[in-house]
Amino acid sequence: MSQEKFDAIVVGAGPSGNAAAYTLARKGLNVLQLERGEYPGSKNVQGAILYAKALEEIIPDFRESAPLERHIIEQRLWMLDDSSYVGMHYRSEDFNEDRPSRYTILRAQFDKWFSQQVRDAGAVLLCETTVTELLRDESGRVIGVATDRDNGTVYADVVILAEGVNGLVGRRSKLREELQPESVALAVKEMHFLPKDVIDARFNLKGGEGVVIEGMGTITEGMTGTAFIYTNNESLSVGIGCLVSDLAQTGRSPAGLLEAFKNHPSVKPLLAGSEIKEYAAHLIPEGGLKAMPELFGDGWIVVGDAGHFVNAVHREGSNLAMTTGRLAAETVADLKQRGVPCSKANLRAYTKRLEDCFVMKDMKKYKDIPSFLHGNRHLFDLYPRLVSKAAQNWFRVDGKDKLTKEKEILTSFRKGRTLSGLLGDAFKMARAWR
Amino acid sequence: MTKLEMGAAAQTAVKVEEKLFYNRYLVDAGRPHITVRPHDTPSAALLALTRICPAGCYSQADGGQVEIASDGCMECGTCRVLCGESGDIEWNYPRGGFGVLYKFG
Ligand SMILES: Cc1cc2nc3c(=O)[nH]c(=O)nc-3n(C[C@H](O)[C@H](O)[C@H](O)COP(=O)(O)OP(=O)(O)OC[C@H]3O[C@@H](n4cnc5c(N)ncnc54)[C@H](O)[C@@H]3O)c2cc1C
Ligand code: SF4
Repeated sequence: MSQEKFDAIVVGAGPSGNAAAYTLARKGLNVLQLERGEYPGSKNVQGAILYAKALEEIIPDFRESAPLERHIIEQRLWMLDDSSYVGMHYRSEDFNEDRPSRYTILRAQFDKWFSQQVRDAGAVLLCETTVTELLRDESGRVIGVATDRDNGTVYADVVILAEGVNGLVGRRSKLREELQPESVALAVKEMHFLPKDVIDARFNLKGGEGVVIEGMGTITEGMTGTAFIYTNNESLSVGIGCLVSDLAQTGRSPAGLLEAFKNHPSVKPLLAGSEIKEYAAHLIPEGGLKAMPELFGDGWIVVGDAGHFVNAVHREGSNLAMTTGRLAAETVADLKQRGVPCSKANLRAYTKRLEDCFVMKDMKKYKDIPSFLHGNRHLFDLYPRLVSKAAQNWFRVDGKDKLTKEKEILTSFRKGRTLSGLLGDAFKMARAWR
Repeated sequence: MTKLEMGAAAQTAVKVEEKLFYNRYLVDAGRPHITVRPHDTPSAALLALTRICPAGCYSQADGGQVEIASDGCMECGTCRVLCGESGDIEWNYPRGGFGVLYKFG
């Protein structure tokens, strides 16, 4: 491969790698980006909600050229049992603004667009190239990478690992431990195509407006997980994900869970008549702060999913990916400008940048949530059933007086879970949220 | 049948292979990127893969051993997380450019 030595090599062309490569190239660094897919995005899966702010920090006028599907004006949170859902919906005309904050996107197309900006900024991209390991000098400092191409070694002052959740290069180079099954969720997703006007009518939308539905409850059969339906321009993204540890324990088929979700009486009419054009599967790192690996060392730095930067409760990942990619690049560019090496000691400035912004603040705030969710199956089975039963009891007009109804609801909760169990769950939840 | 059993029955009826037809793949013929270590009796984790691999790549042979046909693999990494460390399987990315090719993602 190239004998030239680069200022930086970026492994991966997802949002974190693109953010890093773009930022470095714009600052005049000589950047090589390596991507194993045929084109950027060909291996990547997301819901997908794009959070504008993180991208705006990198490409302020992205709205002019990025392939955006719909801007989100309504959020629906559903707690489902087998035949019903209890929902919390928020819709606002205020979201019809000049610069909306959330959009649906299709990752394969979005990543291609982002990558074009990266190349326009001056970075060199090589696709169909899988990085196999890190190269080190005698002192252990990372000095480049080996790839699966003939004569495929290439050198740089620093390697930015933007390789996504599996983080194979980092793992093989012993920069991190293997992922734990309880720290990753497996999500499966289908693309359902429908004419735009049908989607508009079914979801009560006009123009480029979009809706997000997030569902939890008996659809995951007690496993920790959620499901989603996102409206794109002419398609719906429909998916469901559960922790790998729960799937392994129950032996439930993800495809089967997705099928059951699609056939839920509240979901089926939304999808009726659609044409499926893709079926995808991907892991999501959901272990939070406690599952985060080492983020930097002599000559290397980790960004995005490879660094476990995901806030699972808020379904934020791509924004953390882009922000960490940008911050890592700014750290590297700063060292370069000062003429000092990308040593472990100097790269520590990355941590400071992460801590000064929402990234580490949120990772810290939610650090106990994964273990709370993991240890609490009631949340995904018993409570949705009880809540639905209570709602049904409340809304049915059947000649029963309201006081009796209230008592029945209370009793059903106490029967389902002892009072101390209920209080304990509430307490643990409050503590984890703090 | 209880509710749970009905759920399980509905699940087994899902044909994962049919879903894979929607996808595009560039198969690296003769160079599978995942291999299962030869064994007499499969581990519990290997057995679980016959049900939870989202592409249905793992199956049980007549003798009970777990086998893989990785052509429809979506490279999610679930089997790697469950069985990589124990050595039950060896997992690599397909060579650059090969494997699943998402149009939408
Ligand atoms: C079903 C699902 C729904 C989601 N929904 C949302 C959402 O709505 N909003 C949100 O913000 N986030 C969401 N996320 C999370 C989001 O997708 C990730 O956080 C984000 O993609 C991480 O970006 P990344 O660049 O770190 O990793 P990736 O996007 O995974 O990119 C990694 C890149 O590196 C390449 N690569 C890997 N290894 C190598 C190698 N050895 N050599 C060369 N190239 C390599 C890959 O091919 C890939 O292109 C969702 C995730 C899933 C799975
Ligand atoms: S990587 Fe995912 S899709 Fe491929 S064989 Fe393993 S579990 Fe199945």
